[in-house]
Amino acid sequence: MTFALFLQHLANGISLGSLYALVAVGYTIVYGILRLINFAHGDIFMMGAYFALFALSALALPWPIAFFLAIVATVLLGVIVEKIAYKPLREAPRMSAFISAVAMSFFLESFAIVVFGGRPKAFPRPEIFSAVIHIGGIAIQSITFFIIGVSIIAFLILTYLVYRTKMGIAMRALSKDFEIAMLMGIRIDQVVSFTFALGSSLAAVGAFMWGLKFPQLYPLMGVMPGIKAFIGAVLGGIGSIPGALLGGFCLGLTEIMLIAFLPGLAGFRDLFSYSLLILILLLRPGGIFGVQVIETKV
Amino acid sequence: MDEKIGKILTAVFLLLFFGWLYWAQQNLNPYLTRILILCAINIILATTFNLVFGYTGQFSLGHAGFVCVGAYTAALLTMDITQKKANFFLAPLIWPLNSIQWPFLPSLLAAGSVAALFGLIVGMPALRLRGDYLALSTLGFAEIIRVVIVNLQRVTNGALGLKGIPSYTNLLWSWGWAILAIFIVKRLGDSSYGRAFKAIREDEIAAQSMGVNLFYHKLLAFTIASFLTGVSGGLLANLLSTIDPNAFTFFLTFQVVSIVVLGGVGSLTGSVISSLIYIPLGELLRAVESPVTIAGLHIPGIPGMRMVAFSIMLLLLILFYRKGLMGGREFSWQWFWARVQLVLGKQSEG
Amino acid sequence: MSTPNILKVDNVTMQFGGVVALADFSLEMKEGELAGLIGPNGAGKTTAFNVITGIYKPTKGRVYFDSKDITGLRPDKIAALGIARTFQNIRLFPTLSVLDNVLVASHLRLRSSPWEAIARLPKYNKEEELNRREAMELLEAVGLADVAHEQAGGLPYGQQRRLEIARALATRPKVLLLDEPGAGMSVEEINELMGFICRILRDFGLTILLIEHQMRLVMGICQWIQVLNYGRTIARGTPLEIQNNPKVIEAYLGGKGDA
Repeated sequence: MTFALFLQHLANGISLGSLYALVAVGYTIVYGILRLINFAHGDIFMMGAYFALFALSALALPWPIAFFLAIVATVLLGVIVEKIAYKPLREAPRMSAFISAVAMSFFLESFAIVVFGGRPKAFPRPEIFSAVIHIGGIAIQSITFFIIGVSIIAFLILTYLVYRTKMGIAMRALSKDFEIAMLMGIRIDQVVSFTFALGSSLAAVGAFMWGLKFPQLYPLMGVMPGIKAFIGAVLGGIGSIPGALLGGFCLGLTEIMLIAFLPGLAGFRDLFSYSLLILILLLRPGGIFGVQVIETKV
Repeated sequence: MDEKIGKILTAVFLLLFFGWLYWAQQNLNPYLTRILILCAINIILATTFNLVFGYTGQFSLGHAGFVCVGAYTAALLTMDITQKKANFFLAPLIWPLNSIQWPFLPSLLAAGSVAALFGLIVGMPALRLRGDYLALSTLGFAEIIRVVIVNLQRVTNGALGLKGIPSYTNLLWSWGWAILAIFIVKRLGDSSYGRAFKAIREDEIAAQSMGVNLFYHKLLAFTIASFLTGVSGGLLANLLSTIDPNAFTFFLTFQVVSIVVLGGVGSLTGSVISSLIYIPLGELLRAVESPVTIAGLHIPGIPGMRMVAFSIMLLLLILFYRKGLMGGREFSWQWFWARVQLVLGKQSEG
Repeated sequence: MSTPNILKVDNVTMQFGGVVALADFSLEMKEGELAGLIGPNGAGKTTAFNVITGIYKPTKGRVYFDSKDITGLRPDKIAALGIARTFQNIRLFPTLSVLDNVLVASHLRLRSSPWEAIARLPKYNKEEELNRREAMELLEAVGLADVAHEQAGGLPYGQQRRLEIARALATRPKVLLLDEPGAGMSVEEINELMGFICRILRDFGLTILLIEHQMRLVMGICQWIQVLNYGRTIARGTPLEIQNNPKVIEAYLGGKGDA
């Protein structure tokens, strides 16, 4: 493998990793507060892509506006999903919420099949993203830079929101100790809605860029990225935001590099992720950042 | 009402039922037959899910994986050699599978055994986990099994799947196994082992402190369930005649979960009733998906509506009707007799 | 030669991260003794029980039962060896019947395999019959025979406590650890409980260690008492000695510097 090729793969890996990281945050912040795996998150990501598609082609809006609108629509969807499928089950046994999440996920997928059709739809690529930038003999798509750049900005905004705003503090308080936080007067419903909104917005950002990079949209497109992003979140330590970022990123990067070096194993790329998940769950369920797994009191 | 009378009634009922099945096999139209067979297979799946989740409290989402393993095992054993040659044109089937052909029963037992073996392999690590983590790892395992099957071209024919599996599954086979599965799980559930399972479900720490070996019992329930799930996979393969890895996705597990929740988690009776509702309902909804012409009006079909309807149904169920139809209770002749007496009492007064 | 200890806890320290729940905890019991473990809330008493019964593996130290080292063994193994317990915050199997709750505890003695159980072979039926009879006897002993088929979760508090004791007894233990058996009980109920504990000590040949806050109960029936505070043993002696021990009084009422 030439150095140039290696760098191409690296660039690919970094952009895929960034996308996974964006989606992974959504899983982790919801799990941190509600101890719920939002099975439907990958499908919200998918809907974000379709919203963007709609804004770009049907409404023929300039891409920055379409981007913004897609985020808004996805945020609304995420908040609505929470209100319908998760909020009523907050007091219910965990398995009920899990089943509800799965049902919601299937609903979004089947809804998309019915409304958008099962056939892949092309995601329009604005001129600027077709450019290829040459650096020292290597050709890198402008999309890659866009993804990296936007991701960094998104993560900075995320960090600001989580560590410097009241809402962010409330989020973190809730994830540390749900009951005490409630006693401190934190409005659960608001914070939870905010959490879902935040996660969905990042998913929408990721979805838009995903559409730019892989311009074929189909109803089940959120399944694998969702699973991979989730595995990344577990890898980093489910419930930890830095963990989700690191884990999602590492998973994406490793996935690309693995196939780069061992192209014969391409069919096993999903297997790699699943096996990694099981290994983590068995050996170190707290992930890289060693998140505490809940212990029952005796 | 005496227990003995209850047992006699059950025996009589079963006799009549199988008599009817025998008749139905010759006389019922093939479409209805197929639906009934699918009901029976789903009853087995729901029953085994109840054993692991309803009784023992372990939320395992690996069902599809064990059905897949069982289906492929039975298919590879029951298919005749020429069919195998025709299927495996990309890469030849390995020995000894390429030169043997087994009758149905041994193939089913083999399907169950292989699935049970996988149950042990998956269960040993996965059952050490709790709650979400158990669900996820079993889900992961089921997907791994699927991916492996797609890639083992020389054993499973990979993504091409298998065609031409003999159609051995009929009403008697499928319902026979369904009754057997219910019998095994019910007997187990009512025994001392069943109490141990339920104790684990209710409170693991208390169960342990009273001498229940958690891991052994979880694994026991899991392995027995895997065996029966594998058998149902074999029945499925010999019903559909064609299988491929895409038939065993998470959606299959999701369907089983829906059926169990609808019937009431922990209730075997509930699972039977809900299978008999769910499967025909699914077929009915298929009608919505294909175009239909009513009185000259052509109404185009909406492909995918089935799934929409099912997911909405499960959502509504879990939100508003979590206990399901039977709410964890079981049918008993005593309950039935009491109901009958109530009705008769009312009529004699009126 | 003195009678050997049936239970010996040897210098156990139990640390959770930065929190030291138990420090250098030692305790010895001879067969047939009835002893108490007391101390203010959070003193480490239940932790001591959890270490003895295998729910926690001690950071340091060892536990011996009948001269056998049981440190870190699984709780179900320890139960099989002969140590049973009740829980501070009652841990019954709520949707199972009262009888089934007790029957779970006899499962560890079952010799029949799952297949024999499924087939209802005579071997299994005999064992089941025996266990049922024993369970009913235990329920009669605690006065719960008439609610045998009710759901355990629906029982009033006092009955639930008694059920827990019956369940623990069904494991046929040699040592019984009772965690606050008298919590929430009225004066009469405590009197009854005191008599009950003394009775089962004798009738079942037990050795009993109890955690309690109800002083009348502890002082009334225990042969000796050990006092914990902040995970450390601060006193050990007869009820009279403990009542007059200044360190104990200080621990309960708060000493210099405490609010």
